[in-house]
Amino acid sequence: MTTLTAEHLVKNYHLRRGLRGSTLRAVDDVSFTLEPGRTVALVGQSGSGKSTIAKLLLQLERPTAGRILVDGKPAQRRGGGLDRYRRTVQMVFQDPFASLNPYHTVEHHLERPIRLHHPKLSGDEVHRRVLHLLERVRLTPAENVAARRPHQLSGGQRQRVAIARALAPRPGVLIADEPVSMLDVSIRLGVLNLLATLQREEDLGVLYITHDLATARHFADEILVMYRGRIVERGDADEVILRPRHEYTKTLAAAAPNPERRLSELRGG
Amino acid sequence: MNGPMPAPPVRPVVSAPVLTIEDFSVDYLVDPVVHAVKNVSLTLRRGEVLGLAGESGCGKSTLAYGIVRLLKPPAAIVSGRAVFHSREGIEIDWNLLDAEELRATRWDKISMVFQGAMNSLNPVISIRDQLEDVFTAHRPELGRHERRKRCAELLERVGVDPARLRAYPHELSGGMRQRVMIAMAMALEPQVMIMDEPTTALDVVVQREILREITRLRDELGFAVVFITHDLPLLLEISDRIAVMRAGEVVELGDALSLYTDPQHDYTKQLLASFPSLTGERGSFVRGGMDERLLALDAVRLDDPNAGSTA
Repeated sequence: MTTLTAEHLVKNYHLRRGLRGSTLRAVDDVSFTLEPGRTVALVGQSGSGKSTIAKLLLQLERPTAGRILVDGKPAQRRGGGLDRYRRTVQMVFQDPFASLNPYHTVEHHLERPIRLHHPKLSGDEVHRRVLHLLERVRLTPAENVAARRPHQLSGGQRQRVAIARALAPRPGVLIADEPVSMLDVSIRLGVLNLLATLQREEDLGVLYITHDLATARHFADEILVMYRGRIVERGDADEVILRPRHEYTKTLAAAAPNPERRLSELRGG
Repeated sequence: MNGPMPAPPVRPVVSAPVLTIEDFSVDYLVDPVVHAVKNVSLTLRRGEVLGLAGESGCGKSTLAYGIVRLLKPPAAIVSGRAVFHSREGIEIDWNLLDAEELRATRWDKISMVFQGAMNSLNPVISIRDQLEDVFTAHRPELGRHERRKRCAELLERVGVDPARLRAYPHELSGGMRQRVMIAMAMALEPQVMIMDEPTTALDVVVQREILREITRLRDELGFAVVFITHDLPLLLEISDRIAVMRAGEVVELGDALSLYTDPQHDYTKQLLASFPSLTGERGSFVRGGMDERLLALDAVRLDDPNAGSTA
């Protein structure tokens, strides 16, 4: 059970052009709270700063200003405190073809985080946990899957391995950066459904980063719309999608594929 | 399994065909042989957008590459042919062309926007040189001045500032690179363009711009498009007709409206049920209970450990 709060986060990047430099504000005064059992979706175009927020929350980047709070206390930035933070906040990456090492078996991928965060476990115990994780993401028979290498799995199966890996240290917060955008449309819902189920079972707080408004609406409780580093609209998922107020949200909603719209035209004509 | 398909229901032909694919089959001659495309017959009419939908590994890209005969061994076309009907009424059977004729006909009559078009530009050659290359290869009679003028026009047509001709691919955004690829495919004003997942890597706003561009150019220039993607909602929006492919076969073919409102094949129904609606009822399919049926589509197969390794 972890509540993660971002308070007035700002991230500047310095761009150098010859001797001159300029500043790019990638994230501009962003605040939100990830509570156990709730999903917040972060939507916006490429380059709007969504992934920078993920990096800040994972402490892969230092915020220029603002702070991150874990259960009300400032997040630790080094040493054992950082280790504990990293155990609490885990990540699922976009590309399951690149995020798993082709040289290693599935078992190896899941074993590493378990051993890192629980160094005292015996080999037998670790193996049992690996199998249990695979069963939880419905990759059965687990023994068989554990021995495979990434190329012997489909994209959706690989993404489920990545989810199992993120769950291995028993985190309280999961950050999912476009977890289904590389997958076939027909299996996206299955992976999201699985993610929602695991979230309920573990009482996880989830940050779902995407540019797909339709899945954001169905998967998230709250939607934040980002444009050029700022949050331009936020609110209840249905509210934001069905009654968008900000111009940019309207643009996004209009750009999303919506067969109903075209087909009603076809019916009319 | 390998027998001919019962003919899918088709609307009566309204305009003349520009490309006919008859009984087309492609095998990958590996052990065991993979039948990637099985007896596919399709007709592309002049000026229409034909959507080709299906999941990874269903053979849709193989079919596209097969049509323009770009397949490399171990892939082999084992039956069927693709016949191009030119505006002047000449029929070109792509199987009967020799290497030189193939080179000359490709891009001129049928061009392609490749999958991962973002990365199909040569990173060490400027945009101008890459566009000019099309003309030096296919229109050698053009002078340098004329070539350059045409390159500038092409970029303008797809909405990229002609000043960017001097740029290298890494200096352009993903959407712009995509536009350059489309400009290149249009260079010789082909009558058919095959687009293999042209917008997959782009975000929705840029994707929408590109789709508008394609539709506008289609209306302006009147070429026909084969649009390949796994994104069925997208296809429903832009296609006139849609063919749904599964395991190398076309399981259903129909115009967009009837495919959406009255799907015949179980697989089409499954595909249609697999994306949530943006504005419709808020379903419980994501946040409801665990639905094992959704993952059954992607279950681990024990008999074939290499399943799913195709692109």
